[in-house]
Amino acid sequence: MQDYVIRVSELNKTFGSKQVLFDLSLDIARGEMVALIGSSGSGKSTLLRHLSGLTRADARGHRQRDESGHIHVMGDVIQQSGRLSRNVRRQRSRIGYVFQQFNLVGRLSVMENVLLGHLGRIPRWRGACRLFSASERNEAMASLRRVGMAEYSDRRASTLSGGQQQRVAIARALTQRAEVILADEPIASLDPESAKNVMDILANINATDKTTVIVSLHQIDYARAYCPRTVALKKGGIHFDGATHSLCDTRLSQIYGAEAPEIVTPPHGNPVVTVHQMAVA
Amino acid sequence: MTDVLIFPTRPARRTRLWRNGLKLSGWGLLLAFLGWSWQSAEIAPGRLVQDAGNMATLVRDFVPPNFSAWRFYLEEMLVTLHIALWGTLLAIVCAIPLGLLSAENIAPWWILQPVRRVMDALRSINEMVFAMIFVAAVGLGPFPGVLALFVHTTGVLAKLFAEAVETIDPGPVEGVRATGASALQEIIFGVIPQVMPLWISYSLYRFESNVRSATVVGMVGAGGIGVILWESIRGFQFPETCAVMLIIIVTVSALDLASQAVRKRFI
Repeated sequence: MQDYVIRVSELNKTFGSKQVLFDLSLDIARGEMVALIGSSGSGKSTLLRHLSGLTRADARGHRQRDESGHIHVMGDVIQQSGRLSRNVRRQRSRIGYVFQQFNLVGRLSVMENVLLGHLGRIPRWRGACRLFSASERNEAMASLRRVGMAEYSDRRASTLSGGQQQRVAIARALTQRAEVILADEPIASLDPESAKNVMDILANINATDKTTVIVSLHQIDYARAYCPRTVALKKGGIHFDGATHSLCDTRLSQIYGAEAPEIVTPPHGNPVVTVHQMAVA
Repeated sequence: MTDVLIFPTRPARRTRLWRNGLKLSGWGLLLAFLGWSWQSAEIAPGRLVQDAGNMATLVRDFVPPNFSAWRFYLEEMLVTLHIALWGTLLAIVCAIPLGLLSAENIAPWWILQPVRRVMDALRSINEMVFAMIFVAAVGLGPFPGVLALFVHTTGVLAKLFAEAVETIDPGPVEGVRATGASALQEIIFGVIPQVMPLWISYSLYRFESNVRSATVVGMVGAGGIGVILWESIRGFQFPETCAVMLIIIVTVSALDLASQAVRKRFI
């Protein structure tokens, strides 16, 4: 049948006494570009963090079943019943992760930050000693060129603007040769122009490399412009999963409640441009 | 709502009296404690005035300083600096892993607790005490001085290094983790760059303070200028003592200034 890149089944997560994900199951096929929407606190970030094994699921399910929370990424178990796979670090190297706050190492140069993308693939000792080969440097440089940040390679990451840092973070994921990119609110801290730029780059990677992209978004306009499929979370469960164009405003106000108007019309009032209008160099 | 006057009710007034009473007795206790320690430390300011003549004679004995053996003093001062340098350097090398192992956000509690207790022990014993122990163990000379500074400073730096590690931003570490890095690589790329400026600053500060300590470990036979200082004081050679003290003051001040200048570049 279909080639699933991500399979989540019966995922439950509790922080302290507050359960944030309830029996969540989700399948994502290779090459999809999926928007993950929902109001703040609906569990978007928590779900994405589970997919890369940055957060561990509850050992037991919602109804105290014996097993819960299987997450397969590219056919391998990444975590199961709250236990991370033994190979989780190797598996993470195939998953690019883009954070809302970029999470670059501020005191390292842009180039060094992008070279970190090789760590999962090269021998441990070589990575630890920062011994990167010429071809690895060239590959990092190519990733930087692709996101339009090549001329900044010697700058300290902390001196860049938010939009530039996010592009470097994407270059790091490209250097990983990631087959899946998980982007957790990648544009929530950016100005409209940088936001569009970052979304264009992600869409381009999805279109040309067939990389699966899951991007959590706060503004539905971006989902409509860039993602054929949308998964909407509400109170830790899936409230909608289907084609983005079938997501009507009534459905949206159900998902977001009182927050809806702000999300449908972005505060800057700029209508978001359609997807493949701009090809990224 | 804003202009409501609050009249203290009867119970409120009583609690306030009670609180004031407590506060007063607290101050009383503190004063009593200070008085008791005054007595036990045998503080007698009167004696300073009474024996002012003796003091004046003593001060007069110190001047003019006698620099006739200055070459020897400078050589020993240099040895003192070398003791401080190696004591600090060895301590930094050991404090890096030990500091990481006693940071809450890096090590699990069953490693953290024992490491911290050992570091507490190293820190709680003064360099002079360690110097005496090492003189007994490895004999007279600068080497026991190096060991004494090394052991004590390791305890101090491990604690300071760990505190720096505990204040880092977890975001970059997670960014490194998400690339599939190993735990050691997370530390090398995510933690170390963040704490580097603080670590350098702490190390330089400890080097300054170790130069001061190195001038006294000699008093128990652990080498350096302290040996000369101790011998000249014991032999009532006050002009020589004065010369040695002046050399120490100048060297330590110069080093403090130099290390401040270096530290500023890293912050």
